[in-house]
Amino acid sequence: MIQLSHVSQVFAGRQGQVHALDDIDLEVRRNEFVTLVGRSGCGKSTMLRMIAGLLTPTSGTVTVAGEPVTKPRRDVSFMFQRPALLPWRPVLENVLLPVEILGLDRDSHRRRAHELLELVGLAGFEKRLPHELSGGMQQRVSLCRSLIQNPNVLLMDEPFSALDALTREELSVELQRIRMEQETTIVFVTHSIEEAVLLADRVVVLSARPGRLRRIVEVDIPRPRTLGHNAHADRVTEVSAELHELLMPVRTGETA
Amino acid sequence: MSGVGGVNGVDASRARTEPAAAAPAEARGAGGTGIRERLADWGFPVLGMVVVIALWWLATVVFSIEKFLVPSPKDVVDAFTEHAGFLLAQSWVTLLETVEGFALSIVVGVPIAVLIASSRLIERMIYPLLLVVNAVPKIAIAPILVVWMGFGQLPKIVMVFLLCFFPIVISTASGLRSTPAELVELVRSLDASRVQAFFKVRFPYALPQVLVGFKVAISLAVIGAVIAEFVGADAGLGFVIVQSGASADTPLAFAAMALLGLISIVLFYGLAALERRLLPWAEENR
Ligand SMILES: Nc1ncnc2c1ncn2[C@@H]1O[C@H](COP(=O)(O)OP(=O)(O)O)[C@@H](O)[C@H]1O
Ligand SMILES: [Mg+2]
Repeated sequence: MIQLSHVSQVFAGRQGQVHALDDIDLEVRRNEFVTLVGRSGCGKSTMLRMIAGLLTPTSGTVTVAGEPVTKPRRDVSFMFQRPALLPWRPVLENVLLPVEILGLDRDSHRRRAHELLELVGLAGFEKRLPHELSGGMQQRVSLCRSLIQNPNVLLMDEPFSALDALTREELSVELQRIRMEQETTIVFVTHSIEEAVLLADRVVVLSARPGRLRRIVEVDIPRPRTLGHNAHADRVTEVSAELHELLMPVRTGETA
Repeated sequence: MSGVGGVNGVDASRARTEPAAAAPAEARGAGGTGIRERLADWGFPVLGMVVVIALWWLATVVFSIEKFLVPSPKDVVDAFTEHAGFLLAQSWVTLLETVEGFALSIVVGVPIAVLIASSRLIERMIYPLLLVVNAVPKIAIAPILVVWMGFGQLPKIVMVFLLCFFPIVISTASGLRSTPAELVELVRSLDASRVQAFFKVRFPYALPQVLVGFKVAISLAVIGAVIAEFVGADAGLGFVIVQSGASADTPLAFAAMALLGLISIVLFYGLAALERRLLPWAEENR
């Protein structure tokens, strides 16, 4: 579904050039859930923005559904770290924003918006304004908005990282449930190892600057997955430990 | 009267130095609901006014001040009742000039602000010019306006326009430029056209700032109308004040001044009420 070949990105910063990504090769299969982990500043957002068509790579090619990405596509949606809701629009109207901009059929999507809001536990909040909602609820609205046009690809840039730990876990579980009801290819950036393991089919680990593909870890744990005590707790711990070592290379000598 | 002068003075100085920073303070109106808050909002200001009027009255009686120097409140009220029809007609003239000039500055100012906000090039071309024009004291232009346009309403409307235009352009442009980065990205990720981005996101987002500009401008608008009437007019409250000054009819001048204050207050709070109606989200977000 998504293919990156020999993708590099160099930014011209104030203090010379910043080599953000270096020769990335990655293929994401249709309906796969890939999480992208790495230290802060290693180029995760940059990679996501390239797939979204918001940024053209310095070299290399990015394709989605076999077509080179040159500008934002209608079947790819982006969810940000911040809710990015329009403060004057009630919840339902916020969810419907992409429908208006993309010129889709309003009536059928209105129904869909109600369904999505119900799915994330926001039924009855359709007429509220964003400032009347908690941070977690706002991010749920943002999630509904990014799903409204039924995208083939959903790109999520640390979408839950501004939330408290419990809300974050709740939303992770909800996201899995939503994904079981509708197939979507998801690339999800996070710096939380727990989140990466909980959500992913594969975890892509990037090394620090310049961002290189360090390792791809398969997560073969049956779904739905939850944190805490369950049948797969051992396996979750195992994978998490592996990721931890990859991300914290200095410490491994002491602990292993 | 002193209250109105204070509002105008503060707004005018803010408009020049930091139109953006004025937003939070301006956005908050009196918004209490409890009886105690209601009393604080309305009771105390009214009490203050009553006390001042009582002192004023006392002073004119105790020091037996001449009526043509400082009339007592009763003299002013008498002037009101005696010339009610006349004063009302003159108020109407000044009100019309004010509102028409204000409307004109919106019609011209907002599109110019849109241009400035949409292109750095245009901003660099127009902005210094605006600053220069705004730096000229408007009162200096008033006599020339009379030369050009005579004694009718037109020079008054133009004067009001000249005073209102600048704050409206500045705060609208700064509002349009303050769209948060995440909303810009959102709109980009949806591949929205510039027109869509403008009407669905940037302009609505700027509205609270636009309203700040309107409120600064409306306070200046009344001043503009009166200045123009002082210089050359055959109608309006400014004209009344000049005339009654010449014939030492100070009570009538006071009555006209009170009406000017009233117009100012009504227009300002009308806008504030409109803002609270239309932008209920604004107060919570700033
Ligand atoms: N537009 C830009 N201009 C210059 N440097 C940038 C730009 N965007 C990102 N960078 C730099 O590229 C690196 C990777 O950034 P980013 O992809 O945001 O990292 P991450 O999301 O993994 O934290 C950082 O060092 C950042 O400073
Ligand atoms: Mg990032």
